[in-house]
Amino acid sequence: MTTLPKTESVLRVNDVHKEYPTDPPVHALQGVSFEVQAGELVSIVGPSGCGKSTLLHLMGTLDRPTSGEIEVAGHRISELSDGELSSIRTNHIGFVFQQFHLLSGMSALDNVADGLLYSGRPRKERRELAEIELSRVGMTHRKDQVATKLSGGELQRVATARAIIGGPAIVLADEPTGSLDTANSDAVVELIRELHEGGTTIVVITHNPEIADSFPRVISMRDGKVESDISTAVFS
Amino acid sequence: MTMGRLPKNRLSFGDLMRTATVGLRIRKLRAALSAVGITIGIASIVGILGLSESSKSELLSRLERLGTNLLTVQPNVGFGRGSGNLPDEAANMIARIGPVEATSMISFVDGVSVYRTEHVPSGQTGGITVQAVDSQLLKVLAGSVADGTWLDDAKGSLPNVVLGSVAAERLGIREVSGVLPVRLGEETFIVVGILEQFELAPDLDRAALIGHTAAQDFLGHENPPSRVLVRVDPAQIDEVTTVLASTANPQFPEEVEVDRPTEALEAQEAADDTLTTLFVGLGAIALLVGGVGIANVMVISVLERRGEIGLRRALGATRRHIAVQFLGEALVLAALGGIGGIVLGISATAIYAQVKDWSILIPPLAILGGFGAALIIGGVAGLYPAMRASRLSPTEALRTT
Repeated sequence: MTTLPKTESVLRVNDVHKEYPTDPPVHALQGVSFEVQAGELVSIVGPSGCGKSTLLHLMGTLDRPTSGEIEVAGHRISELSDGELSSIRTNHIGFVFQQFHLLSGMSALDNVADGLLYSGRPRKERRELAEIELSRVGMTHRKDQVATKLSGGELQRVATARAIIGGPAIVLADEPTGSLDTANSDAVVELIRELHEGGTTIVVITHNPEIADSFPRVISMRDGKVESDISTAVFS
Repeated sequence: MTMGRLPKNRLSFGDLMRTATVGLRIRKLRAALSAVGITIGIASIVGILGLSESSKSELLSRLERLGTNLLTVQPNVGFGRGSGNLPDEAANMIARIGPVEATSMISFVDGVSVYRTEHVPSGQTGGITVQAVDSQLLKVLAGSVADGTWLDDAKGSLPNVVLGSVAAERLGIREVSGVLPVRLGEETFIVVGILEQFELAPDLDRAALIGHTAAQDFLGHENPPSRVLVRVDPAQIDEVTTVLASTANPQFPEEVEVDRPTEALEAQEAADDTLTTLFVGLGAIALLVGGVGIANVMVISVLERRGEIGLRRALGATRRHIAVQFLGEALVLAALGGIGGIVLGISATAIYAQVKDWSILIPPLAILGGFGAALIIGGVAGLYPAMRASRLSPTEALRTT
């Protein structure tokens, strides 16, 4: 990236702690802070158990921090009700999971359209938007296939299309290549890069340093803390 | 950066129905099997109520045809009682009671057996009795002739005989054609008619009926009245019943027994009602078991579909959306089971009624009630799984694959 970073912050993580009340208690996150600007492509990398999955769940408003504040698209999530968090997830956040999480009995198109299922938009409109997103990930030719008939790489493309439908402020990808072979993995990384170039803000969580380092900004985590936050974009 | 107010997440009814049936569409066999309990329960309830209603209407139309205003007057036979006959004047006395519309007197001809020919050994009587009757009998009993003719007054004074349906069968006589002699004791009588079954006096089906005059002239029978059949004004049955005994036998009214044959049919209906209640109870139990089956399948389904629940929460489903989805699934299952049960129950009733030649009558209340019960049971069965699904934390749901 050679363009100047935008100043609009879509995600703000401020001194976030997360403690699980197990015996003994687990301090999964211990004061994590960073910001993601609109249009950024960020990887969060670290060994398993470093707290990156917990962080993804907090950024995705699927869970609340023990202390500290998270802001998504200008909304402080501590001030929001469960119902409002659901609205944030529908309208501002797209998820890509390692296990794809597509509904097996449904076609690729309907899976993508379900990204807006709870938005209140009519089905026809959802399906029209899904067609557009499927063509962006190069899956138009497979749109009527049921999910069980798709390969791993295809599943992740469809899941990615579902994440970007409706134009979320931020896409959170949790080990998106974790269940894929090298070729498919490369293709998905390439797809993420393309979406980023198209303006989508993406945070990728991975334990694979090779993939992480190929992205313009790398946040490394260890033991629930940010170890380093290196932006290569300005140098490239 | 500031954003506007957050729009409320919504799920339209169409989307809800689609979402609630996702699980069923993927696991069709399991869905079908889990609905079977409800189907059986509803089918048995609808079927039993339908059958009972159809048989009841059949019975009512039978009673309508037969008339419920028939009373029989006969001696109270038993230990230490009289001769087994009514006083000679009984029939005439009864006929004088105001509300009595018609009477018919029967006299049992004792000691005379019926044989097809003189070659039949005397022991093989076939259990056929000989009864001397008047021409009114057929009308009073609402009976009808299967073949040949009835004994009018002229025929009843000659050695003619009309056979009850069972008697004819035992004698091997199926139709009346040409001259058909049978032996009544030592005398030869000619069969002039065969009767249909008497629904109100089944014992006459096993009888050979002859006229009073013929009984007297050819068998030397004195015609003491052994039974008087009485048709009464339907509005005054009770009043007539109370005076019948003392009218028939003023000297010993306690030796007279008055019966109403249709009471047996009415008692049969009451017994049917008891059975119906029992079977509906069994159907209700099947329904309950069906509900437990649905609850069971739903609990398993919630466990299996944690990933889907997590995904839906990530897509923006609220707890309520998840609860409604699983509750909806249980309701759809129960409704499908209920509809299947109603169809099955109606078909069973229709087939049975067809075989019995009844008119099909299925109480709408059984259908509506059955469907309502299925929905209630589905709702109750789905409540707990739905609550569990909605309380599942999204992070935990996503963690399990």
